[in-house]
Amino acid sequence: MSEELKFHFIVDGDDFTSAGKASVQVKKNLRQLGLSPETIRRVSIAMYEGEINMVIHAGGGVADVTVTEDYIEILLSDKGPGIKDIDQAMQEGFSTASDNIRSLGFGAGMGLPNMKRYTDYMDIKSTVGVGTDITMRVNI
Amino acid sequence: MTVEALTEYGFEAICMPDPDREITGVYIGDLLSWVMGRAKSGDAWLTIMSNINIVAVASLADTSCIILAEGVTLESDVIKTAEAKDINVFSFSGSCYDAAVLLSGLL
Ligand SMILES: Nc1ncnc2c1ncn2[C@@H]1O[C@H](COP(=O)(O)OP(=O)(O)O)[C@@H](O)[C@H]1O
Ligand SMILES: [Mg+2]
Repeated sequence: MSEELKFHFIVDGDDFTSAGKASVQVKKNLRQLGLSPETIRRVSIAMYEGEINMVIHAGGGVADVTVTEDYIEILLSDKGPGIKDIDQAMQEGFSTASDNIRSLGFGAGMGLPNMKRYTDYMDIKSTVGVGTDITMRVNI
Repeated sequence: MTVEALTEYGFEAICMPDPDREITGVYIGDLLSWVMGRAKSGDAWLTIMSNINIVAVASLADTSCIILAEGVTLESDVIKTAEAKDINVFSFSGSCYDAAVLLSGLL
């Protein structure tokens, strides 16, 4: 793989039943590239958590995935309400999700911690009232 | 043991597109992020959750099958999605505990 590969996805904000589409597609693409199952698992779970967050908390957004020789990078960008206190949001169990969302099995407050856990690098830039940009990288 | 062998022990196959998949452990939980954070690849996932999102979670976490305890079943569109995504799903009449005890003797 000498050239970078890029995938772009629009994450629909109001369709819960198809939430996770982009992550499932990325999993497929990475499989075709012959990456190790463990790398694929880490990338696709981290991306799924981020994708679900954009659906639940931000009304949707966009996802860009870049595959290089050394790492896979996931950029998630939304124009949602932003995160007021990132340290608090990163804590296991912290969640502002509604009961309705919780009844679907989401809202455990483990999404951001999982994203951190499964990636080698994670950066959150968020401004209240403007939106949130998250960069994650998994080394190959 | 393989997923297919479950049918001999009171687990009812709802869909089994990948019968030869090996079960290497068990994880119990209904909160999806916990499953993605803690379940291991190859685990049988015991849950009572039946909404469509369990299919994506099982696929991404790479569990060997979903086992719905307490006799929970799936709506037909969820079954179709599971089938298409290669996800094995079973129904079990007892509790998650009952299923785990049974599996513990089999694995
Ligand atoms: N893209 C986002 N936009 C706005 N707020 C977010 C976003 N992602 C996460 N958050 C905030 O951070 C909290 C923790 O996120 P997370 O760990 O994924 O838990 P959960 O999604 O289960 O609530 C969320 O409840 C929400 O308040
Ligand atoms: Mg989340």
